[in-house]
Amino acid sequence: MTAKDRRLAQLRAAIGDVTPREALTLQAQGAVLVDVRETDEIAQGSPPGARRLGRGFLELRIEEAVPDLNQKVVLMCATGIRSLFAAEDLMRLGYTRLFNMAGGFTSWKNEGLPIEIPPRLEATERERYSRHLTMPEVGEAGQLRLRASKVMLLGAGGLGSPAAVYLAAAGVGTLAIIDHDVVDRSNLQRQILHTEERIGTAKVASAKLMIEALNPATKVLPFATRLSSSNAEDLIRGFDVVVDGSDNFPTRYLVNDACVKLGIPNVHGSVYRFEGQATVFWPRYPKTRGPCYRCLYPEPPPPDLAPSCAEAGVLGVLPGVVGLLQAVETLKILLGIGEPLVGRLLCYDALRARFSELELLRNPHCRYCGDETAFPGYVDYEQFCARAA
Amino acid sequence: MKTITVRIPTPLRAYTHGADEVRAEGATVADAMRALGDAYDGLLAQVLTEDGEPRQFVNIYLGSRNVRALQGMRTPVAEGDVISIVPAVAGGRA
Repeated sequence: MTAKDRRLAQLRAAIGDVTPREALTLQAQGAVLVDVRETDEIAQGSPPGARRLGRGFLELRIEEAVPDLNQKVVLMCATGIRSLFAAEDLMRLGYTRLFNMAGGFTSWKNEGLPIEIPPRLEATERERYSRHLTMPEVGEAGQLRLRASKVMLLGAGGLGSPAAVYLAAAGVGTLAIIDHDVVDRSNLQRQILHTEERIGTAKVASAKLMIEALNPATKVLPFATRLSSSNAEDLIRGFDVVVDGSDNFPTRYLVNDACVKLGIPNVHGSVYRFEGQATVFWPRYPKTRGPCYRCLYPEPPPPDLAPSCAEAGVLGVLPGVVGLLQAVETLKILLGIGEPLVGRLLCYDALRARFSELELLRNPHCRYCGDETAFPGYVDYEQFCARAA
Repeated sequence: MKTITVRIPTPLRAYTHGADEVRAEGATVADAMRALGDAYDGLLAQVLTEDGEPRQFVNIYLGSRNVRALQGMRTPVAEGDVISIVPAVAGGRA
């Protein structure tokens, strides 16, 4: 008997064996199934729902996957040998209810139990996102999540430009952009998606060129149209997050109303001269029910009280700051990390170099997101400032 | 009488000769807003209805709290408090 075999015999005595079918039952009852095989083995298939923690990093990553030391954990590898050594490591870490799946994945497959081919990152993706992958808050699972995510950007302008660039760089898989406008020379002071040579072309086409040059893996869906009561819901449906960088009240209210109805988080930003604001409107945020735009401002201002368009203007870099706050919030929501800017308005005063935060209240009687209200329908408000300066 | 600071949003600074913050005196938010209206012609009509309540597209904050969550316009103010007028701003691409 070799040293290895002696050790395995001791371990078998200490750690209970289960068959693949028993492992499946345990998993269904809440036990965590941990697949300790290497990435290239897992690429050929793995039990659905298994936590794939390669043997090499097992001790470093297990506590994130299984924080409770008394949780039932079933370990598996290809044949049931490596997983037995892995179980020993976890026992040393303090895990108390460990099982080893006898026969490993080979037996699992032979018994015809369910298998999935887990999505994985290509080598070039590993390189591109290496600074994400080293952070546990993102990691491979988070990066795959970003790749599978769909974000809708309202406007390819001052706010939409920086948001689109960074979301594409971060690896968001699908970016839809709605903008009916064409690139004008006066846009280039802040709208970094566009270039001098693309003046006169549709902003969505210009955006697509820029984004695909930066990250060819990002799929860009261009919609050269204006949001209206008849298309808002169809356009926005199916997206994970909507980033509102629009420049007019009719669009803001349509975006809000559609997001409320569909339960999609609406990452809101606005800028004016040297001041900017950002928040996340998300009444269906699972942790705390947040307000919607109409809880804050039930109706848009009438034309005579809205700021005159001729007075508008903005420091070119300011939408950069606010659009990137929106991009950060979007990534946090997609990854499910941190505290989103729900129920808080973050205000930035560039001249005073001051950030401040205002509490946003949910209105339980809100006509759109309030308790027990039937959706009142979409409204096309009058476009009283067709072209901002 | 308490002296408080009122933060004026950019769109309304035409009424305060460009000032982003002004002082006002009063015992409540309503008092302070009245004093503001006396000092700066035309400003109040942009912010409050004829009944003296915030307009639908304007929120008034005392510190970081919406006065609606406190005692509305009757909320008492303390020396040094900051009132912010926060109107809806559409601008994005602008």
